[in-house]
Amino acid sequence: MSGPQSAGNAKIAVSDLSVTFTQGRRPVRAVKGVSFSVKPLESFGLVGESGSGKSTVLRAICGLAPVSGGEIRIDGAAMAEPRDKAFARRVQMVFQDPYGSLHPRHTIDRVLSEPLAIHRFSDREDRIVQALKDVGLDARFRFRLPHQLSGGQRQRVAIARALIVEPEILLLDEPTSALDASIQAEVLNLLTRLREERNLTFVMVSHDLAVIDHMCERLLVMRGGEAVEALERSALADHAVSSDYTRTLLTASEGYVR
Amino acid sequence: MTDEPLLEVENLRVRFETSRGVTEAVRGVSFQVGRERVGIVGESGSGKSMTGRSILRLIRPPGVATADRLMFSGIDLQALSERRMRAMRGRRIAMVMQDPKYSLNPVMRIGSQLVEALKVHERISKSKARERALQMLADVQIRDPERVLSAYPHELSGGMGQRVMIAMMLIPSPDLLIADEPTSALDVTVQLEVLRILDGLVKDRGMGLIFISHDLRLVSTFCDRVLVMYLGKIVEEIDASRLQDAEHPYTRGLLECLPAIGGSHEPLKVLKRDEAWA
Ligand SMILES: Nc1ncnc2c1ncn2[C@@H]1O[C@H](COP(=O)(O)OP(=O)(O)OP(=O)(O)O)[C@@H](O)[C@H]1O
Ligand SMILES: Nc1ncnc2c1ncn2[C@@H]1O[C@H](COP(=O)(O)OP(=O)(O)OP(=O)(O)O)[C@@H](O)[C@H]1O
Ligand SMILES: [Mg+2]
Ligand SMILES: [Mg+2]
Repeated sequence: MSGPQSAGNAKIAVSDLSVTFTQGRRPVRAVKGVSFSVKPLESFGLVGESGSGKSTVLRAICGLAPVSGGEIRIDGAAMAEPRDKAFARRVQMVFQDPYGSLHPRHTIDRVLSEPLAIHRFSDREDRIVQALKDVGLDARFRFRLPHQLSGGQRQRVAIARALIVEPEILLLDEPTSALDASIQAEVLNLLTRLREERNLTFVMVSHDLAVIDHMCERLLVMRGGEAVEALERSALADHAVSSDYTRTLLTASEGYVR
Repeated sequence: MTDEPLLEVENLRVRFETSRGVTEAVRGVSFQVGRERVGIVGESGSGKSMTGRSILRLIRPPGVATADRLMFSGIDLQALSERRMRAMRGRRIAMVMQDPKYSLNPVMRIGSQLVEALKVHERISKSKARERALQMLADVQIRDPERVLSAYPHELSGGMGQRVMIAMMLIPSPDLLIADEPTSALDVTVQLEVLRILDGLVKDRGMGLIFISHDLRLVSTFCDRVLVMYLGKIVEEIDASRLQDAEHPYTRGLLECLPAIGGSHEPLKVLKRDEAWA
């Protein structure tokens, strides 16, 4: 399980991870022996087929999935079970579904102030104003409820909530797939800037290979719960990939052919 | 294509009156849809979903939608009773909602939901309906349809839920399908397969398709025509294949913000917005 990939200085080391859900009485093996490691300050991409286990890997890191094998280490240490408050301060996740992840009866103000209260931040007012500004949301959205926002506006609230506690590690599940190109560019630029300013490490899931190429130094391709191949970002542009599946993904990225 | 458009929308407006003032989400939008693929792109919050929902008269209070004309194959949608509108929604016009959880019942297995939907529209035995449901899931590229039939919505991945919804909306063979970000959670290969299904329905059955998406590359390669929305208005209408040559500064700006495989990794261009555009 050790090797150059899981060297001791990894920020996140996932080795031989398996996740098995039970649906009714039947086991669903969502992740089957996946390993990868992310260096400090690196941005690491996860791509692959729908249903291949990408979200499940992120959820497993957060202690939100039934891990049936392997281990996950952060800064070389195993994590508390269940994950504690200190973990939530260091690792934040932006969930794929911006509808489900915001409480329907909490205003945006409350969504953003709760984590600040939990982690005992001071100057909450300023932080909320700044967090909304960072994701390009006008202050008039602050006292609205989630259903009074469009899909992309909600997604930006979810990103603001994750950033507001100043984590070290940000797990991003399709963070811009609900956003139009102009807001996507702003959010990606913001994420890049914050990564530099606050020394963040990212793991990012996206089905948009151009977004992954733009944001991530390295990536892992997944299919059917397994790791297909790990790549440097330059491999995408050079088509220097070894699996047929990755090649199919690259071709499909060019758009619809009538 | 037939002479009379399937859908005519004239001067559509949607406004929300709240204690904090009035928001005009859609500000006088007019367009027509024939038996073709019409894309709607535009900024987040520009009114794309509200436009789609207005056609089905699904704006919830305090929102109010008005239009000078809202005609669907010769029927004045605004004049229909709520009961007839419901029948219209179920059968002739369908919408795949942007929120995947909206159209699926969280406490009912996927299989029962599909079978129920099938039985509303056809006299069909339970076992036949189940067979059809399996086939429909396989058609939208679900790898393990047997398992998905017995799953609850929360047991599916984002993209699996999205495909179940598309399958569900296609059951009544609608004349018009409004698809709001229908493939935003799908990986690119599955996305193309799903588009191929929609494309087939437009070509073979003459369905009209309104395809709301922020994915410019996809819209330009898949649709026939594109409407570009900004701040509640349509600011440009252009042949999809000519999207690269769009003239409106907003549309141009959108195209320039896209990252590309093998791009520079420099900060992406961002849009300098201008209120005067809309
Ligand atoms: N609570 C659950 N119970 C049973 N099975 C589950 C559960 N959650 C996820 N799964 C299954 O695990 C597999 C992986 O799901 P996951 O959400 O990780 O996929 P994904 O790669 O993120 O897909 P997408 O790109 O569509 O979001 C799927 O087959 C899914 O049905
Ligand atoms: N209940 C409401 N009260 C007040 N304003 C609302 C309400 N619902 C929606 N809006 C506003 O209406 C505008 C249009 O929303 P709509 O959902 O149509 O946007 P959209 O173009 O689909 O955006 P996205 O791409 O982010 O989904 C948004 O600015 C939104 O904030
Ligand atoms: Mg997912
Ligand atoms: Mg929308």
